[in-house]
Amino acid sequence: MTVLTEPTGETTTPIAPSKSTHSGPKVSRGGRIFSYSFLTITAVLWMIPLVWTIYTSLRPEKDTQKYGYLSTGGSFNFDNYAQAWNQGGFSNYFLNSAIITIPAVVLTLVFASMVAFAVSRFRWRFNITLLILFTAGNLLPQQILAAPLFQLYKHFELPYSVSDSGSLLNTYYGVIAANIAFQVGFCTFVLSNYMKALPGELTEAAMVDGAGVWKQFWKIILPLCRPALAALATLEVIWVYNDFFWALLFIQTGDRLPVTTGINNLFGQYAQNDNLIAAGALLTAIPVLAIYVALQRQFVAGLTLGSNKG
Amino acid sequence: MTTTPQATVATPSTPAQRSTTGGKRKKLRRLTGRDKLVLGLMVGIPTLIELLLVWGPALFSVLLGFTDARTDIDQPGGVNWAGLDNYEFITGEYPPFWPAVWHNVIWLVFLAVLATPLGLFIAVLLDQNLRGSRVYQSIFFVPVMLSLALVGIIWHLIYSPDGGLLNSVLGTAGTEDQIDWFGDSSINLWAALVAASWKHVGYIMILYLAGLKGVDPSLREAAQIDGANAVQTFFRVVFPAMRPINIVVVVITVIEALRAFDIVYVINRGTNGLELLSALVVQNLVGEGTQIGVGAAIATVLLVISLVPIVTYLWQTFRKEEER
Repeated sequence: MTVLTEPTGETTTPIAPSKSTHSGPKVSRGGRIFSYSFLTITAVLWMIPLVWTIYTSLRPEKDTQKYGYLSTGGSFNFDNYAQAWNQGGFSNYFLNSAIITIPAVVLTLVFASMVAFAVSRFRWRFNITLLILFTAGNLLPQQILAAPLFQLYKHFELPYSVSDSGSLLNTYYGVIAANIAFQVGFCTFVLSNYMKALPGELTEAAMVDGAGVWKQFWKIILPLCRPALAALATLEVIWVYNDFFWALLFIQTGDRLPVTTGINNLFGQYAQNDNLIAAGALLTAIPVLAIYVALQRQFVAGLTLGSNKG
Repeated sequence: MTTTPQATVATPSTPAQRSTTGGKRKKLRRLTGRDKLVLGLMVGIPTLIELLLVWGPALFSVLLGFTDARTDIDQPGGVNWAGLDNYEFITGEYPPFWPAVWHNVIWLVFLAVLATPLGLFIAVLLDQNLRGSRVYQSIFFVPVMLSLALVGIIWHLIYSPDGGLLNSVLGTAGTEDQIDWFGDSSINLWAALVAASWKHVGYIMILYLAGLKGVDPSLREAAQIDGANAVQTFFRVVFPAMRPINIVVVVITVIEALRAFDIVYVINRGTNGLELLSALVVQNLVGEGTQIGVGAAIATVLLVISLVPIVTYLWQTFRKEEER
């Protein structure tokens, strides 16, 4: 996040790991050999869990029963994926994840950029207090909020046409709201740093021309924050998609769970069939891996510009 | 600490810093009534959400911790204050409490002593402009993308007693000697920690890679001209220069240790050797043995402990801004 605050509105990602700026120390030949060996061994170790999961997922259970998991015997196919998809209800879980993730991320960014704008471009008495309130909120363990939020949701009456539980429990709204409230602090913090670094003349000139606060925000500041917003959006999609706890706490019917929490059901249900579990796990991971491949720079930039988040 | 020197220089208010109060007033006075309303809404709505769904519940949790099991908050006047009973219960009689505290401590120490330094070390090696650096980075990044719940499931495939990779490689799979890594209460905490570190190391590596790229190369050159070797240069010059990132990393490590939940919940709901404070909170809130007072008391303990790193971090971050 140190890097983020550079005042240029351009793609501020000099941290992008792919580019080797020659900043690093010069190393001797022996040092290089050591580095390569250490990194290669560690990297191989790091890949084992995922490679093993892929390998397991491609083999029918009866073959692994027959030959053992650590073997090459038997056939390889995608049957486990088909089975996990059909029996595990993945299409439904993915849909639920989308229903929760998309509005949660959009609203988080909208709210966060509004607060960030107000506290970073205007000086008033409580702006630091406000920023602390938001930033700290994101660092609390979620479990602390569990009991009261559950009660609050239970007593938040909704018409039955909107919620079949008559409350916020067991609704997507409840999970979306919790995700927003929890994530908005982090984005506010990052965006306020970003906005602080934008030159003040930008909005002052507009103000002289009679542009109101909203126009300054919407037409001037927000477009300049595009790189930060892109990085945060990538990161937030992954975080909200990966959220396990809110759905676990608030959603009571299995077919409304998002995929991260839903996979837990599959795991419990098919405890004896590791091949199927492996396929299910990989299905769950596909969206985030796709995002990583497509938006690697944004993802990494998001993580580093944030860096206050666990 | 997020405000780097560059950022401070670029801050619009810098020239007018002396006349701070005057400047502030002026700026706000120039706003029209409509502008003030717009600003009020822009701040007000998110703040309301934050107070209602985060800070309100956090404070309410503390209150609930002082009520007893007969409390029925659905009924007006149905609150039974219990004083410190819940706290006496959890510290004196509730068997999993102290193991959970201890496990959280182990979790923290493991991350701090092994996983975090390993992430730093990998970042330092990758910062040497090696060939294929990008490939290595990608390999370490991938786990960072995955949820901890999924990490638990993937590692189950390594640890599973009869078909897991580890037992298969050891030749113990399916025999009497097979080890149930996630099931055996004397070792499952360590097994879970290895799995959690798989993700943590990559995260720390990303942060430090960014930090290392931000260190002024002339610092390094100066140290080398002064005759410092690589190790000395790193520990005396480069590492201290990364102070902002170091603070972030410390906070992340502590907070992750306190927050750890998903992975143990997926494995066995945080029982049988994997008790953690966060899991105990949930066990007391949902399911059969619902004891809201006890759950809230444990949540309060968790809150008080988490406030230490949070406050330290905020103080470091915002102290400078307060002075401006």
